[in-house]
Amino acid sequence: MTTFTKLAACATAALMGSTSLVMAQDCADPVKVGVLHSLSGTMAISETTLKDTMLMLIDAQNEKGGVLGCQIEAVVVDPASDWPLFAEKARELLTVNEVDVIFGNWTSVSRKSVLPVIEELNGLLFYPVQYEGEESSKNVFYTGAAPNQQAIPAVDYFLEELGVEKFALLGTDYVYPRTTNNILKSYLMSKGIAEEDIFVNYTPFGQSDWATIVGDVVALGEDGKQVGVVSTINGDANIGFYKELAAADVSADDIPVVAFSVGEEELSGLDTSNLVGHLAAWNYFMSADTPANAEFIQQWKTSIGDDKRVTNDPMEAHYIGFNMWVNAVEQAGTTDVDAVRSAMYGQTFPNLTGGTAEMLVNHHLSKPVLIGEITADGQFDIISQTDPVEGDAWTDFLPESAVLTSDWKELECGMYNTETETCVQLTSNY
Amino acid sequence: MFRHLLMLLCWVGIVGAAQAQDLQPVLQGHAEEIAKPSRSSVSVALDDLAASGAPQVSVFLEQWQDKGVWQREADGVFFFGTETGDDLTLRDIDTGAESSAPTNGFSQLKPNGGVRRLIGTALVQFQLTDPDLARRQSAVDSIARRPEADQLGPLRASIEAEPDAALKARKIQLTNFLSASFGDTSEERIAAITSMATDTSIEARAVMNQILSTKTATPSQTPSGNVARVLTSGDDLSQADAYAQLVAAGLAPTIISAAAIREALAAHVVGGRVGGIPTSQLDTDAGRAKAYAALAAAGTVPPLVTELDQQSAVADMNFYEVYDEPDSAVTDAARATLDSIETRVAAAQTVDLTLDALSLASIYFLAAIGLAITFGVMGVINMAHGEFIMMGAYTGYVVQLFVPDYTLSIIIALPLAFAVTFAAGVVMERLVIRHLYHRPLETLLATFGISIALQQLAKNIFGTQARPLTSPGWLDGAWVISDVIQISYIRIAIFVLALLFLGLILFVLKRTRLGLEVRAVTQNPGMAASMGINPDRINMMTFGLGSGIAGIAGVAIGLYAKVTSEMGADYIVQSFMTVVVGGVGNVWGTLAGASLIGFLQKGIEWFNPSNTLAAQTYMVLFIILFIQFRPKGIVAQKGRAAAD
Amino acid sequence: MRKTFLSQNPSVMWFIAFLGLFTLAVAIGSEATGTGLISTSMVKTLGKTLCLCLIAIAMDVVWGYCGILSLGHFAFFGIGGYAIGMWLMYARTEGIVMTSLEGHVIPPTPQEVQDAIGNQIFGVVGSSDFPWLWAFSDSLFLQLLMVVIVPGLLALVFGWLAFRSRVTGVYLSILTQAMTLALSLWLFQNDSGLRGNNGLSGLQNIPGYEDTSQATTSLVFFMGSALALALGYILFAWVVSGKMGSVVQGIRDNEARVRFLGYRVERYKLFIFTLTAVIAGIAGALYYPQAGIINPAEIAPIASIYLAVWVAIGGRGRLYGAVIGAAFVSLLSSWFTGGGAPAINLGFYTILWTDWWLVLLGVSFVCVTLFFPKGIGGLFDYLVRKPS
Repeated sequence: MTTFTKLAACATAALMGSTSLVMAQDCADPVKVGVLHSLSGTMAISETTLKDTMLMLIDAQNEKGGVLGCQIEAVVVDPASDWPLFAEKARELLTVNEVDVIFGNWTSVSRKSVLPVIEELNGLLFYPVQYEGEESSKNVFYTGAAPNQQAIPAVDYFLEELGVEKFALLGTDYVYPRTTNNILKSYLMSKGIAEEDIFVNYTPFGQSDWATIVGDVVALGEDGKQVGVVSTINGDANIGFYKELAAADVSADDIPVVAFSVGEEELSGLDTSNLVGHLAAWNYFMSADTPANAEFIQQWKTSIGDDKRVTNDPMEAHYIGFNMWVNAVEQAGTTDVDAVRSAMYGQTFPNLTGGTAEMLVNHHLSKPVLIGEITADGQFDIISQTDPVEGDAWTDFLPESAVLTSDWKELECGMYNTETETCVQLTSNY
Repeated sequence: MFRHLLMLLCWVGIVGAAQAQDLQPVLQGHAEEIAKPSRSSVSVALDDLAASGAPQVSVFLEQWQDKGVWQREADGVFFFGTETGDDLTLRDIDTGAESSAPTNGFSQLKPNGGVRRLIGTALVQFQLTDPDLARRQSAVDSIARRPEADQLGPLRASIEAEPDAALKARKIQLTNFLSASFGDTSEERIAAITSMATDTSIEARAVMNQILSTKTATPSQTPSGNVARVLTSGDDLSQADAYAQLVAAGLAPTIISAAAIREALAAHVVGGRVGGIPTSQLDTDAGRAKAYAALAAAGTVPPLVTELDQQSAVADMNFYEVYDEPDSAVTDAARATLDSIETRVAAAQTVDLTLDALSLASIYFLAAIGLAITFGVMGVINMAHGEFIMMGAYTGYVVQLFVPDYTLSIIIALPLAFAVTFAAGVVMERLVIRHLYHRPLETLLATFGISIALQQLAKNIFGTQARPLTSPGWLDGAWVISDVIQISYIRIAIFVLALLFLGLILFVLKRTRLGLEVRAVTQNPGMAASMGINPDRINMMTFGLGSGIAGIAGVAIGLYAKVTSEMGADYIVQSFMTVVVGGVGNVWGTLAGASLIGFLQKGIEWFNPSNTLAAQTYMVLFIILFIQFRPKGIVAQKGRAAAD
Repeated sequence: MRKTFLSQNPSVMWFIAFLGLFTLAVAIGSEATGTGLISTSMVKTLGKTLCLCLIAIAMDVVWGYCGILSLGHFAFFGIGGYAIGMWLMYARTEGIVMTSLEGHVIPPTPQEVQDAIGNQIFGVVGSSDFPWLWAFSDSLFLQLLMVVIVPGLLALVFGWLAFRSRVTGVYLSILTQAMTLALSLWLFQNDSGLRGNNGLSGLQNIPGYEDTSQATTSLVFFMGSALALALGYILFAWVVSGKMGSVVQGIRDNEARVRFLGYRVERYKLFIFTLTAVIAGIAGALYYPQAGIINPAEIAPIASIYLAVWVAIGGRGRLYGAVIGAAFVSLLSSWFTGGGAPAINLGFYTILWTDWWLVLLGVSFVCVTLFFPKGIGGLFDYLVRKPS
């Protein structure tokens, strides 16, 4: 027995030795990961965190031996919240730095700016933020939530659990709130909510004068219907909004507010004691009680060297996306974009909130939807967690999109019209 | 045998009695629902809990509502629990026996908002006459949130014994609302309804609107039921909508849409032709209509509904809405009351809008007043003015880091912000602006350079995240005059601050030696110098004063909105416009400018409430036009000082 | 005539020669010609820089020569970009839609094609109707006309109103700033029909030339930009050199005196303002197909202030100064923010240029205005003619 095991051990060792030798030879061309997040300008507020997350994940992977036996090299560039610069930097990353994959972008407009370049040069982008859907590019994996993974379940919660009969859709005037509200409006009308019971308002970025709008929302209750607010207000405009909400003494029991763009990071700029009970919907909350999450938070706090830093949903998206990419590369045995792309389909990885995320053929993830109530310490108390929901690239609630589907594996088309059974286009809309 | 039976009966009785006292078994009967409640199904469990008659039901419901109930995962037993670190202090629901255990192995029950509201309703019967004022208050709040018919009796009964005057008044008001909706007789309801004619609260309007809720009736030749209004086709109702109602009621055939025509045609292509027409000719609507008509004539597809068909179908029908409430006397009374309420509400809304506009104007004024001095009086274009506002706000933030008491920290922050930005202003004046008094356009560039440098510096020091600047507790909340008219205390404070500074600056400029010298230096520096005034010193002081005020404005703006490195940039263009529109060289002008812009913006917002951005666009356009036609602003300077 | 013009302006010759050599060098080094010494993204950056140089000389004429500190010229630049962008988007989308509708049994009606295009373009911003603004977007010729007409007309109306009311100096600066602010706020709205915050994107794909590689496309645009800059330079040099130039510079130095001499000051100002606006529009129309995307943030007031800063740093009142300023600052800026500059380790603190570049830039504005009011161009003067 002993001789046999020894022999086997020797054989395995030899085998492993030889394979690592082969891999070491491959490393003449190191694996490069591009990080395309704004480090200056208006979006730096959110994106710098994601850059740090990526560096942390890459370091951790390198400690585990990298990928394909090679160390991963991070190439960080700063597109400075300037949308044309995103396209320029993406081109640089792909042609000059020759990265194998890009993790990046936050705003939809920056993604639309990068799309033509990525598709032209056949790059690979992992996009980690919740977005408005209506897109499925061959070269992008969307690890954030599509509307049906965030907005629709949150509104369902409003309808079923809170009995909301009248909706105020408040948003910042740009594409994500516009499209999301369009989808929600048509969804709500299909659920029997009359059009006059849906109040829509758009405000500019950084809006600070909220008194009138909050007053208008309170006045919606004058016909005795339960009012609920769905907020797609972006960035620091939220601070003024929540301050005014607190000042007007709008309690979550009277008019609940559910936000899609407010996470732990945004709440850290606020005193939340007056906001307890208002809601947010995400695929991840820092308060999720799992061992994996505890470990992730610990890792983050150590790597950033600040015990007060919080984690948030897009960070988890990068965490899942990066690990899936590593596994897909290992599986494909190469960093070649097309091979990795094929290996991505069906790739699974455990969520930080429990359960498993799966990459679908439409380049979206299936993830659970969580609804949390704001607590006094700036965190969220998770009060509802669904089963994994499959991300839908084209919403079912707008007539033009309902007929479209995306399947890059079988149909090899991201915009396939199921009615006429033709592929509308292979590139995406920008 | 009989004894045995008796014993058994007794035992059952005892157990039954014991069960009436013990809540745990009842809870276990609904364990799943209680652990993961949903608004739509929790009522059964709540009813059973209330019916059990156990004295601890109300305690349990309160604890459950406050997320104070925990479940042992091993056997599903519920406990009251308080979490301290990783440990849990548990209290038995029935016996009250205390124990402690690690949090692992227990899960906290987190009923959602909808369930909590239902629990609140279930608690009403226990809390309405509770000796504790807070509990009675919460019972009344629960009724207000979910008024139900069977609450009317207990609520009315509890009024008599209510010791708290305010709560008693509230109970009477609620009783009135309830009897308007659920009163036994029409007379009782009408009496309650008419008594509400002066009540502008949202709740009163809600009661009226619910009584007056309507639904679209099936179109018919003669209206029946309690008709709310008859819709005339064309005015209230478009022909298409009217026809759609007929289709929905099954009174008319569905309109065949363009897409349906295309599909029908595609399905009937025979040998490259549809209805005898070649497919290549089907690229116009007329061609398609012809082909479709051919198909319809052959009976393969349903015929088209023409415009004329629709017209005649709609013509001899009545379209109308009926009240859900069958009693027309009640609806008439409610309609009259609601009309009277709405007149009052409209008046109140005007007052509220005026208050909002006043508040916005005071914010603009506060942001611009420093500029009114540096730009208006001295003529220096300081693009870094916004960054002085930002510096003031960050000063407030830093003070709060060291002084945790919010009231004290604000008292320290205001003068400190003044000192910091005063110093910054003086340094800037000495180092840069002094050299550029004869080149105003270049001052603009140099100060812009300082502005972007300061902004980036703030980012490097404080990070890009918004920083919290929390107002003291006594500035929380709002001054509520009625449900319509209210304004937050922080805005009132800003308003008062703006007035204070207006007074202060007027005083300094008009009544003090410094003010005299400032005016002298700005009008004619050479002459002023020969009169023994040191223009250098005066310029330095004036610029410092203007910058210092910007710092204080920064604290105030940070309190009501946000503290970021870019907050100054949000106000700079706005502030320049305020000063220019108002008229340069005059503090009253700045006041006029701020008021005009504030009121105008609120006015435009009122016309188009769903798009704040449009309001801002039109306001800027208005300002452009205004300056074209009144280049010197509202309060124009006259005489020599007016020359450039 | 031409001879005297050139002999009066030797700098024009030098500039054209230098620009020609530079263009040739880039063309030889580009990936399109095979040598590949200069990457395509670098060609794009250089091409965009040339467009910025063009608007900078326009700014120099209006400010450095005519004394109007316009803080709104980027509005015209943006309008030019939007005008050409509308055609690029429409035509590209039309191609996609026609391909996808090709195989259908029932041929589409013109209305259906129009709807499909509208849905493609506006679907991403949550609507599908064609706004009236897009009425001419199917015609390249009309949209090219709009590149010139719309900025020209806006400048004409705005300038006429402003100059007629004798709004001058700092007030005019603030007014032009308000103009570009109003335009960007308006464009930010989704309802205005130009796709709101998203703007127009994918402009680097030229309809009809889908198979041409970006290396070639960007080289063509680079050369186009160089040509436009050369023509613009000659045009402006001619404008500011004749009698017209003297009057205009007189207005800058003392408006009242020129008016008393009998010149219609307003007309001269209006002409210069409108002409520079048109050139700015053309520069924008060349810039955005290279940038790939245009959105309202591009014409926010800050952009126009930067423009003034370029001209100030390069040196006002001399056209080559504006070119130097724009090229120098914008290239330096992209080098620093792109992480090209090495971090400086001070031991206790590491200076990362992405964080400190703006501080450095800001301080250098101050220094330039205080100590080198003639900018970098002033140094040339110093070198050329020794202190007299």
